[in-house]
Amino acid sequence: MTSAQSPFPPGSYPVVIIGSGPGGLQTSYFLTQWGIDHAILSRDEAPGGMFQRYPLFQRLVTWTKPHALDDRTTREYERYDWNSLLGTELENRALVPGLMDGSSYFPSRAEMHGGITEFATRAGLQASYGTEWESTRKTEEGFTVTTNKGEYHTGLLIIAVGMTEPWKPSNIEGIDQAPHYVDVARPTDYAGKRVFIIGKRNSGFEIADALLPWVKSMVIASPRPARFSVFVKSTAAARARYIQPYEDHVLGGGNLVLDAAVPRIERHNGGYLVHTSGTTHPGDLVIEADEVIAATGFATPLNDLPQLGVSTFYQGRLPAQTPFWESASTPGIYFAGSITQGAIGLKKYGIPSNSAAVHGFRYNSKVLAAHIAVTHFGKQPQRRTIEPKDLVEYLLQEASSAPELWNQQSYLALVVTFDRKQGISDEGFWPLSHFVDAGGEDAIALTVETDDQGDIHPAIYMRSGGSVGEHLLESHPLHQFGTKENRTHLASVLQPLIGKQEGSK
Amino acid sequence: MRTDGDITQILSGIGLFTDLTRPQLEEIAHTFDEQYFNPGERILRKGFTGTGFYVIVEGEASIEVEGRAIARLGRGDFFGEISILLGEPPSTDVVAISPLTCLVLAGSDVQEFLEGHPKVMFRILQAEAAKLRSTVQ
Repeated sequence: MTSAQSPFPPGSYPVVIIGSGPGGLQTSYFLTQWGIDHAILSRDEAPGGMFQRYPLFQRLVTWTKPHALDDRTTREYERYDWNSLLGTELENRALVPGLMDGSSYFPSRAEMHGGITEFATRAGLQASYGTEWESTRKTEEGFTVTTNKGEYHTGLLIIAVGMTEPWKPSNIEGIDQAPHYVDVARPTDYAGKRVFIIGKRNSGFEIADALLPWVKSMVIASPRPARFSVFVKSTAAARARYIQPYEDHVLGGGNLVLDAAVPRIERHNGGYLVHTSGTTHPGDLVIEADEVIAATGFATPLNDLPQLGVSTFYQGRLPAQTPFWESASTPGIYFAGSITQGAIGLKKYGIPSNSAAVHGFRYNSKVLAAHIAVTHFGKQPQRRTIEPKDLVEYLLQEASSAPELWNQQSYLALVVTFDRKQGISDEGFWPLSHFVDAGGEDAIALTVETDDQGDIHPAIYMRSGGSVGEHLLESHPLHQFGTKENRTHLASVLQPLIGKQEGSK
Repeated sequence: MRTDGDITQILSGIGLFTDLTRPQLEEIAHTFDEQYFNPGERILRKGFTGTGFYVIVEGEASIEVEGRAIARLGRGDFFGEISILLGEPPSTDVVAISPLTCLVLAGSDVQEFLEGHPKVMFRILQAEAAKLRSTVQ
């Protein structure tokens, strides 16, 4: 595409989004639905973001079930399709399963990338591709973004560039000599070699799993014992599909999983000597390896935003954010996509949100677009009136099936307000941490939560008279929460707020 | 490629962890999560389940009862352990009063962590003893 044909030439826009991966595109889609003019800038030449390159070994860790309990055209199906972007129109919904070849319920990288591209095409989402974000400065009106194509002026900036910058810890001497995960060669290049992998999260186990048929021996090491999703009930831990290298270790197959810090790496006879210090089993070991791979994670490429006052945490790898994903220190800069994992929320039982993955952050984008529309552009919130007699059934039905609540457990909440004049209103989905801390009118927030025993149940947070209380409902073996016990319990919890409504008539 | 500050150096300056070796500090860095809280944001909420054990790395927080501050916490202080040890929701709020960075361990991981790090457990006991003495005096 030539610059003459390129959409969004340099100039002024009410909102500028940087990034054309799933986070940027999903946010653009919902801003468009709210009628908010905006530009998308992308250094890439096509939509898709990181899925144009990663995961390295070509298959995702997030599932899409082509055949699920609910039909693909329904909202409820989103719970089983973690990879499609959200569309309101039928033709824009659930695009990834239609591209899958049936060999796995984890889409291949190409199938995922195809789904994103198809969504952008069908929804008519455009971007100024080949546009490199060079620098940023504050202005009276907001921000000016300087690119290789010129300057963009905007009141609101949305950063959706992913947590995509390769990162290595500085406390491993010689770490610069080890290639990062992103620089790993083809598995066949490791044939017959001794490989040392630093890191026991998904990227470390992804590489280990891919190299199993090729390496002579393999050591996977980090200070903390391996944690797997099935035990800690979180997608943030290493996923079950990568557990094979761990089984090899446990059964004495020749590959090893070590709990050890790595203070130093040095070159030796064309290979490496890796110095380790055990943690769960104290003691120092020096391990010879032909190859070392740093699967040590990623940081957010924030460019010069820290110089503009954007504060960070997690060793500078994530921006500090409000519950609505705005920079905690520089108002007017918002974040979308996987960077929204920096707005941590309540993280009950230590279980994080799914904001690091598409099936979580696509809902954050929907909430973010609504928040921006209402607070910055004076749009009217979308509300729906609920009759008091229907409230209990409605809440239990949503708890049983709402994909927003299931995919963003304890993080996004369905909010219902109780106003003496307007009655009972469904306010849509909000960040739970905003609801419980911001104060305001009488209201409830409904979530789905998993506790430390793996029990999945609905929870109600009730705000009344200025304080917020928590009420946990019962789980159900089939996750169908509309039981007699829950209806009775929920009616009792809601009665004070419904009673105020009826008393005011 | 990014490389950033040495988290183990920061941890070694926190009282709770002063007895630990460098590998153990690295294990702590990988075991605890780092969380940021905005001023005014609550970290512990009275009556809410599923809380954690928090160690302040940077910033300040206050312990509040019915919106009234009763104590101030700063770098190196920790909180949340009482409700975890008792298996009950917190009886107070803890609120950030400045930009606050904490290390966090999920409640369900605390027992295993303390049993695996008796020197940290001893430091916590010392701190609890000091709190008890100041309460009865």
